[in-house]
Amino acid sequence: MLQNSKSAFGWVTIILHWLIAVLILALLALGFVMRRLPLDPSLQFSLYQWHKSFGFTVLALAALRAAWHVLDRQPQAPAGLSALERRAAGTTHAILIVLALAVPVSGWAVASTSTLNIPSFYFDWFVIPHLPMAKSEAAESFWTSAHSILAYATLGLVAFHAMAALYHHVVRRDDVLVRMLSTRPQRRRELEKTKSSQVIAKRK
Amino acid sequence: MMKQKSKASSAALAFCVMLATTFGPSATRASAPQLSDAAGSYGITAASRIHFSVAQVGGGGIAGDFGKFSGNFRIDGNNIARSSVNFTLYPESVETGERRVEDFLKSSAVFDSATYRTVTFRSTSITQTGPDTAAVEGTLTARGKTRKERFSVKLMDWNNRSISFKIRGSIFRSPYGMDVGTPIYSNVVEFDMNIKGQKR
Repeated sequence: MLQNSKSAFGWVTIILHWLIAVLILALLALGFVMRRLPLDPSLQFSLYQWHKSFGFTVLALAALRAAWHVLDRQPQAPAGLSALERRAAGTTHAILIVLALAVPVSGWAVASTSTLNIPSFYFDWFVIPHLPMAKSEAAESFWTSAHSILAYATLGLVAFHAMAALYHHVVRRDDVLVRMLSTRPQRRRELEKTKSSQVIAKRK
Repeated sequence: MMKQKSKASSAALAFCVMLATTFGPSATRASAPQLSDAAGSYGITAASRIHFSVAQVGGGGIAGDFGKFSGNFRIDGNNIARSSVNFTLYPESVETGERRVEDFLKSSAVFDSATYRTVTFRSTSITQTGPDTAAVEGTLTARGKTRKERFSVKLMDWNNRSISFKIRGSIFRSPYGMDVGTPIYSNVVEFDMNIKGQKR
């Protein structure tokens, strides 16, 4: 149940997937708001600190996710997928797992190289030290750009990933989406068969 | 001949001792000033330094100076308690070596220097606490809020025309509506000032 099986994802994969998904989308929105909207400077300062704390949370979860991806078995792709589709899916998933690590690390580099030298005080609980990097305006602006480019690339790939899942669910009518929601995805074709037989049963 | 030489050197020694006691290092001199000599009205000169620091978690913090200020004080020769000081600083002139920090300090998050152009201090009571130290109590007004604050003063140097003090104070910023950034940055602002006065 916790681990992946031959045909289904376990709860560890499912919970990490959705937790990271929700946090990444919230962080993208927060990052956009705190950088692009004209805000009260005091509120902006707070939003940056929230962004850092949630970002470090994603980094920890993404590290677990990456380790789990390497250590646990991968369920088989649903039948009927071409070799190209399998390769595209596998590559997309691997890149997403790497980006989920790279985006927060590049954000950590921004905080570490910034000449503002603002400590990362994780949810006002403990200080996460800066990475051992030299502070300079040039380094800070480089990592700020890297962080934003990686973040937007993640958003693009997440959109592609979600569209693919919806395509499988709506057009292909396979269990690609459903098996990321439950550890026991009833085969959709079987499900429909059961439903229609119930309808028939009722009619009788 | 020998005797004469020894006599001469002991005379020189005595002269040196006398010199030392009369015109010793400034600290020695400052520790026992004649109040009547120091009495008078002074203007605070631009050579003064208004330094502040705010600690941050994990060590370090923000430190800087206010470049623009003005003020005056009066030392009462008969009764030090009747002395007084008025001081004004302009938060717009804050310098920290990092433009973004300065802009933040001037913004509505901290000083709101566009709305509140000055921070003022007016003494209400002065108590001598030692031969060259005193405690100054007064009202500090910042961001439209006024509170009683206390600074400690140490006489550093003086002569007939000028006088200088080291002034320290720990001010909580939250009562002035400036608590942004806590608890990453301390709620306490440490002031460490060198105030130089020129007799008027």
